[in-house]
Amino acid sequence: MCTVCGCGQGETKIEGHEHGHSHEHEHDHAHPHDHNHNHEHEHSHDDGSVHSHPHAHEHSHGHTGHEHGHDHLHESNAPHYHEHKGELHYGLGPAHAHAPGMSQARMVQIEQDILGKNNGYAAENRQYFSEHGLFAINLVSSPGSGKTTLLVKTIEALAGSLSVAVVEGDQQTSNDADRIRATGAAAIQVNTGKGCHLDAHMVGHALERLNLPDDSLLMIENVGNLVCPAAFDLGEAHKVVFLSVTEGEDKPLKYPDMFHAADLMILNKVDLLPYLTFDVEKCIEYAHRINPKLEVLKVSATTGEGMQRWLAWLTEGVDVAVSARQQNVNLLRKRIADLEAQLAQQVAAKE
Amino acid sequence: MQEMSLAEGILQIVEDAARQQGFKRVTEVRLEIGALSGVEVEALSFCLEVVLKGGVADGARVELEKIPGRGYCLGCGETVPVNALYDACPLCGSYQVQATGGTEMRVKDLLVE
Repeated sequence: MCTVCGCGQGETKIEGHEHGHSHEHEHDHAHPHDHNHNHEHEHSHDDGSVHSHPHAHEHSHGHTGHEHGHDHLHESNAPHYHEHKGELHYGLGPAHAHAPGMSQARMVQIEQDILGKNNGYAAENRQYFSEHGLFAINLVSSPGSGKTTLLVKTIEALAGSLSVAVVEGDQQTSNDADRIRATGAAAIQVNTGKGCHLDAHMVGHALERLNLPDDSLLMIENVGNLVCPAAFDLGEAHKVVFLSVTEGEDKPLKYPDMFHAADLMILNKVDLLPYLTFDVEKCIEYAHRINPKLEVLKVSATTGEGMQRWLAWLTEGVDVAVSARQQNVNLLRKRIADLEAQLAQQVAAKE
Repeated sequence: MQEMSLAEGILQIVEDAARQQGFKRVTEVRLEIGALSGVEVEALSFCLEVVLKGGVADGARVELEKIPGRGYCLGCGETVPVNALYDACPLCGSYQVQATGGTEMRVKDLLVE
């Protein structure tokens, strides 16, 4: 298990989706660190580029009786389409040379993003969202910032005008999904077990079960954790970070990665400001130090303050997703019409 | 951060490569970790040691190459070195610095036999 955040793998449960894991790790923590791997190469890339490799995963979201998680890694003899096909290249040895009889040690170029697999699943989710006109947002925060309460209020306010569904991520219990379902909205709980974040693969499976209607809003409530979910793209349009005024105003500085990854910050529970020493301006200034482009909305789910702007932000996002889908549909229709016209011409030419 | 998941991601990449290229043992794994990627390298080394146990890279030496952080400062329009996301621009003191480099986490290459 991770010594930093207690994060581990292999206990993920998606409601109504039971399965076993065949992957076992031998965790042997008894050994001390008696060596140091710190090689400090000053190694700067001139282009400063971030490389990402598209991965073609044969991963259908329509399957039943699936195998989950690590099983993907070991079962497949199918080729993985990595771009780097390393050949047996003897010039790649440690000395970049080869002499007969020398050790067969060789260098294999990999050049792959460690999060490549997650990013591949995220791309599939994003494709799904775009094909279905779904506006998907990933809600992240520390535990207890009021995400679920605001979600419930949001669903109630949007009832009748917009279809909303929720993916709830927590380590354990389906309490949050139960709260959402009490509003009448579709919700599915993903329990991450020892895991500290949702990943794109879990969300992909949740999507299979949710059967979302086109042109709707999907809110993914991540595990309450201001650290780990920052790195995992789920395919969402935006990460929305919640910060409640009962927390410190310096949280953006303490947990910069999350505020850097988000596009919108909800400053929540602002109805409590009169009882607190929370400095709103300072907090927003700190957030903008980390992320100059971060939008900020001050909201109270209890009094309804700021709710209209939040709802408008959501509705606008859905409108954009819907019109993008409509454009795709129109393009496809046009393409079909063109092909049909070509076919008709060919048939006419034969006759 | 999520070093355990990252360690498992690395294991996955190494095992995929071993299957494709038919090597049996990995003696060294070289990683590139950006200074702004949010990865705690000590924790990652520890997790890797645990995760690689029993596989093709059991006991492999892990080399971490740190990629320095870089950012574009909206204040002065320069590309500047960045040590942390909350740092001010070293040239003009503005906090309007967008990270442009040093966010990567990659498996660079493996020494195999």
